[in-house]
This record gives sequence, structure tokens and C-alpha cells, in this order.
Amino acid sequence: MTISSTTFAFVSDLVRQQAAIVIGPGKEYLVESRLLPIARDAGLDDVASLVARLQANPDERLRRQIVEAMTTNETSFFRDRDPFNALTQGVLPDLCRKRVATRRINIWSAACSSGQEPYSIAMSVLDHPLITSEWQVQVLATDINEEVLARAEQGRFSQLEVNRGLPASMMVRHFERAETDWRVVPALRSMVRFKSLNLNEPFDLPFMDVVFLRNVLIYFDAATKAEVLQRVRRIMKPDGFLFLGGSETTLGLDDGFDRVPIGTATVYRPKGAGPVDLPSLAGPAVAGAGLANLGGGMPGARSPGGPSAGNGSAAAAASAAVPRSRTGGSPTRARPASPAAIDQPPAHSPNGWPWGTPPSSAAWPAPQPPRQPLN
Amino acid sequence: MVIDDSSAMRLILGRIMRGLGFDVVEAPNGAEAIARLESGAMPEIALVDWNMPVMDGLAFVNAVRKEERWRQITLMMVTTESEQSQIVRALAAGAHEYVIKPFTPDAIADKLALLGVLAY
Repeated sequence: MTISSTTFAFVSDLVRQQAAIVIGPGKEYLVESRLLPIARDAGLDDVASLVARLQANPDERLRRQIVEAMTTNETSFFRDRDPFNALTQGVLPDLCRKRVATRRINIWSAACSSGQEPYSIAMSVLDHPLITSEWQVQVLATDINEEVLARAEQGRFSQLEVNRGLPASMMVRHFERAETDWRVVPALRSMVRFKSLNLNEPFDLPFMDVVFLRNVLIYFDAATKAEVLQRVRRIMKPDGFLFLGGSETTLGLDDGFDRVPIGTATVYRPKGAGPVDLPSLAGPAVAGAGLANLGGGMPGARSPGGPSAGNGSAAAAASAAVPRSRTGGSPTRARPASPAAIDQPPAHSPNGWPWGTPPSSAAWPAPQPPRQPLN
Repeated sequence: MVIDDSSAMRLILGRIMRGLGFDVVEAPNGAEAIARLESGAMPEIALVDWNMPVMDGLAFVNAVRKEERWRQITLMMVTTESEQSQIVRALAAGAHEYVIKPFTPDAIADKLALLGVLAY
């Protein structure tokens, strides 16, 4: 059964008005699948009856329920991988040099949904060899949907959710069993602060070093995209970093950003932010493997080796080939490295380093004085 | 290589792996999997159940990791064993990744991508 055009138009207008999210024609199935459970919970037979009730009796709680149901997006831990590689191998090293005076970094996960993204960011930070216990890194996680936000705040995930994208070595270090679910450990939970926020309205936030605004703009019309990007840029540090979704861009919307590649990811920086210090990129030119030499990133970026082998050598990385696509095809392979040394965190990292040998401190340039006013 | 004593699970995992472009060989326990390796099979990745007769998954992982000639095989546990201590044991023994049953096809694909045997 498909909802009528008038029902669809009402929901579409409501969501556009409240959240600036565009639900285009052909998405009737989405409206029905998201709203039918709410209708049933209210003792109604279908979505049309739900809409009729709201029209007859404006109820703020019901209105919010409908908007929230339509704004919930799919998410998984370390979704798309590349942005997290760029974070650990490019962005955090760069910030560690530039923020050495204050040792403070603010990261914002906008539209954090059920929490996988901010916790993935927090794990990347906790496991980073350059982020020692002297650093204060705060992850702010916001979403318009208060229901998913409350869930995210609990930090509790089902077995199916932790199976999606979360490396096992990180799961056993950053999560603990909670009956049949998994719950983030207090050290991870305490790094993330949750807050309800509508990107479509003016907001006041601390200045951010890094913003994750991924797979959000795709739901907005062009004018709203431009407004959101402007608001985000205003609260970014002048040398900050913005991550967008793979199909999103600032081009044609906000000319205040420069597009900067870091490995296989693209980040956006306020114009005039200056270069990103990427010491490893000066190494041997190995497609897709240069960043792995930093020792950070996800396991797939690692070099070959067995249980006794170290990882991160350029020569070893050079032997890695391109993995096959998800649809099959390429017969070539990329080798993972040895299993993570889960029981031997490096001495200089308070919470361990999940992907083997951390980079030698000698490989890093000396810290530079900050170029921008710091928080 | 799909190693599981349940023929239904071998069927499910086999279908998922074939759908992702892999050729699949199966074994109903660790001992038969070792026999296949001894006879020259060299899988890119082995999906290994834990609880199996004759030779269980952990023993299989230990046996494979002792042999230099099999060092290139990526090992991923796919099991109902969900205790944290068991996951730690498997990773310490030499498993590269760990998936807890039940799982979705996407979960398998995600883990293969993490391991670098599948592109994102």
C-alpha cells in the first residue's frame, strides 16, 4: 500500500519546514516505512490516519516524532573508512603540532545519529600515539533527533551494530558486554558530549578544530546547504578541517572553503588555512599505502606480515595490491598485517595503539609554534 | 575458505563470499581445512567457526599461524562465541578479525573491507 499524494505532501512540507530536509518525489515508500510504526503505536491503521490526527489536533510531541522518524539515517562505525584514515594520519598529526601550546582540540560530529560516528572519532583519538594524556580532546555530538541522541548518549549498541565496521581489536578495548549488547567504556564515553541541535537554525558553539558534517547536506536544498555551510564555517578555527560525505561538496555553495586531499579522502578548510603538514607523504610514492607508513589508520591500510612482523614499512606496503570491489571483479588482493597487539599498548599512548607499531617519534618534524590564535 | 560444521552456515557464508567475487572452498572442521591446505589450497581468507568437532576454530588458527607457508592467509573468526575474553584469545592466537553470529551480509563485507581484501 502506498500513501496518497496529499499525505506525502503534508509530511514532506512538515519535514522541510521543521528540519529543512527535502523528501523528493518517489520517496513515498520511505515516509510510509518510517511513519507506519508511529501510527501503529498510536493505535491507528495507517499513515493517512496519523496525518489526519495531526491536522485535526496539532500536537507538538507527535509533530516532533514524525520529523525525527524522517531524519534518522543509517550509520555504522568508521563509516567510509577514508575520513578516519585522514583524521588519524593527517588531521590529528597536523593539529598536534599546531595546538602544542594549548594541547586542546575540539571536534564536532554534526548529525551524529545513534552515536557511531562520534564514538569512532573518540576511539581514533584515544588510540592515537601523538595524543597523550596531557591533551584535552572533546568530541561534541549533535543531532536534531532527540530520540537517537538519547540512545547515543547511553553508548549501548547491539551485536549487529558492533559487527558493522568496528575492528574487533577496538571493540574489546573500548567496549564491554552489557547483557546481549555492548556498551562503550567510561573513558570513551567521557570524551563525547551530546547536545540537541538543529543545523537549520542559528547555533552558538565553541570554535571547532574539526567538523564532521557527513551525509547531511544531501537532504537539504541548495539554499539551505549554503546557509548551513556558512554557519559551520563561522564556528570553525581558521585552520580547521571539515569532513563532508562522499557525494557532498562546498563547491558552488560556499566559496569560503578550499578543497584539500588527504590520502584518499577530501577535506575542506577555510580559505587561507595554509598547508597541512603531512610528513609521511614525502615518502615513497605508493598508491594508497603512503599514509599507512604513519602507523595509523584502519587495518586495511596496513602492510603485509605475520604475527611476528612489524608493519608500516614502505617496502612491505608496496607489495600490497588493490583489493577487489564489493561487486566482485578484481582478482588482486591486499594483505592485512599481523593481528593487532591488543594486549601491549605502547608506553607513550595512554590507551594503546590498535594497528601495530606506532610511528617513531623521529619520523615527525619538531613541533611548530601555532600559526593561529588558539582557544 | 569457509570452515564451519553447519552445512547451512557454509551455504550462507559461501553465497555471501561468492556474491563478493570470491571462489569458495568449504571444510566442516579445522582438521579437514588443514588437510586442504596441506594438499595445496591457498585461500586468500578463511572464515572460521569456533566450535567444531575434531579440530575447533581456535586450534585451526593456532595451527595455521605456526606455519610460515600459510602466513599469507587472512583469518577471520565467524562464531557465536561472544565473550570478550574469547575474542581476545582469538586475536592473540592470530585471527585478524572477528564476527559474532548473527551477522548480516553487510557485516561480512565491512570486515573484509577493514582487512583490505575488499574495497570500500
